[in-house]
Amino acid sequence: MNWPQFWQYTAANALLGILPAVVGLAISVPIGIACVRWRWLYGPVLSATSVVYAIPSLALFVVLIAYTGLSNLTVIIPLTLFSLCVLVPNVVDGLRSVPEPVRQAATAMGFGTLRRLVQVELPLAVPIVIAGLRIAVVSSISLASVSGLIGVASLGYFFIDGLQRNFNEEIYAAIVAVIGLALACDLILVLARRMLTPWSRKPGGRATVNAEGAQLLQEPAI
Amino acid sequence: MSYFSFAWNWLKSSSQWHGADGIPIRVLQHLGYSGLSLLVATLIALPLGVLIGHFGRGGFLVVNLANAWRAIPTLGLLILMVSLLGFSVLAWLIPLVVLAIPPILVNAYEGVAGVDRDLIDAARGMGMTDWQILRRVEVPVALPLIMLGLRTGAIFIVATATIAAEIGVGGLGRYIIDGLATNNYGEVAGGAALVVVLALLVQFAFVGLRRLFVPAPLRAMARAES
Repeated sequence: MNWPQFWQYTAANALLGILPAVVGLAISVPIGIACVRWRWLYGPVLSATSVVYAIPSLALFVVLIAYTGLSNLTVIIPLTLFSLCVLVPNVVDGLRSVPEPVRQAATAMGFGTLRRLVQVELPLAVPIVIAGLRIAVVSSISLASVSGLIGVASLGYFFIDGLQRNFNEEIYAAIVAVIGLALACDLILVLARRMLTPWSRKPGGRATVNAEGAQLLQEPAI
Repeated sequence: MSYFSFAWNWLKSSSQWHGADGIPIRVLQHLGYSGLSLLVATLIALPLGVLIGHFGRGGFLVVNLANAWRAIPTLGLLILMVSLLGFSVLAWLIPLVVLAIPPILVNAYEGVAGVDRDLIDAARGMGMTDWQILRRVEVPVALPLIMLGLRTGAIFIVATATIAAEIGVGGLGRYIIDGLATNNYGEVAGGAALVVVLALLVQFAFVGLRRLFVPAPLRAMARAES
């Protein structure tokens, strides 16, 4: 077993999984804000993201080969698009979860629309947004390994190499590494949420469970 | 040359449309494997999810299962099965079924567990038995989420069945995998186009099924909540 290569590909797989979630978040926040502001926008946006989500990742990877070759972008672009399907609804739900009295109190204190958004609404949306981010990052780390099929460096390489050389330990190690990476990122995000939202540290069991199931629960508009 | 010209050049050649590895056969294979897997997964996950939702026990476990499920690398699971079982039907059927179970299970559970308590009390007050409440109140009200779970499961199966070509399974993924192996980008591009069309058709089929089976007021309710 070639361990230096293994760790190098583990790092590559982490990058291919984390970057799409981060870029996806950067795209989802403005889209989510727009969807809350103009309600009619939300339906078409949800339909568009859920249509993209239905396309198998391998198909999108090989389509992009024609334009971005075997670079990391070929993997990052489709995974970013997939992450929108989880992140946009969670940004919208997060912003909508801000209680109306809180909003009114901020206005009464003289906050303008922008300041209220940045200092009150977005911070209160953090728990639900991070719940979405957890789903996005775990899914994209696992999906990034599919890129081994097109020859982009990721942990998927060891699945295929292990199959071709009948080398089972390699397959086991790569599976464990994918799951370990995903769970590590998940844990970091849970800790980040605790740090960013010190007011919600009291046990609130059921609510967080709901927020984490949000992707499976959200009702697409089409 | 852009992706589209590669795909078009390959698709328009009539030789792709005939014979044992022609496009019609590959489409049927893909739908066959996917349909069988979805059926088995539904038979296991749907009753289980509905019952767990009805009795309200084990819900925490179900939701956490759904979160852990996303971390499983599908390609790794397929190849692991081949290394354990050899190239057989079970080697692709087990992963496809296992991966489709969580979304169906969780949505059925959340759908039934989320039914308004007042509604159930009213049904009980009308003299309905437990079984009647389950069949005539909880399941119909949970139907939008149940359908969403089936759709998510189906999408996942179609995508995984594409990847399963790597372990020698037929279906549309064959074109992508074989084309990559022989450096024939035209075949890869054409195969990807077919996969995209098939996946979108499956998605729209489920939207149609939802229209057919979920009563309009329930659809409107689900939309208002989202």
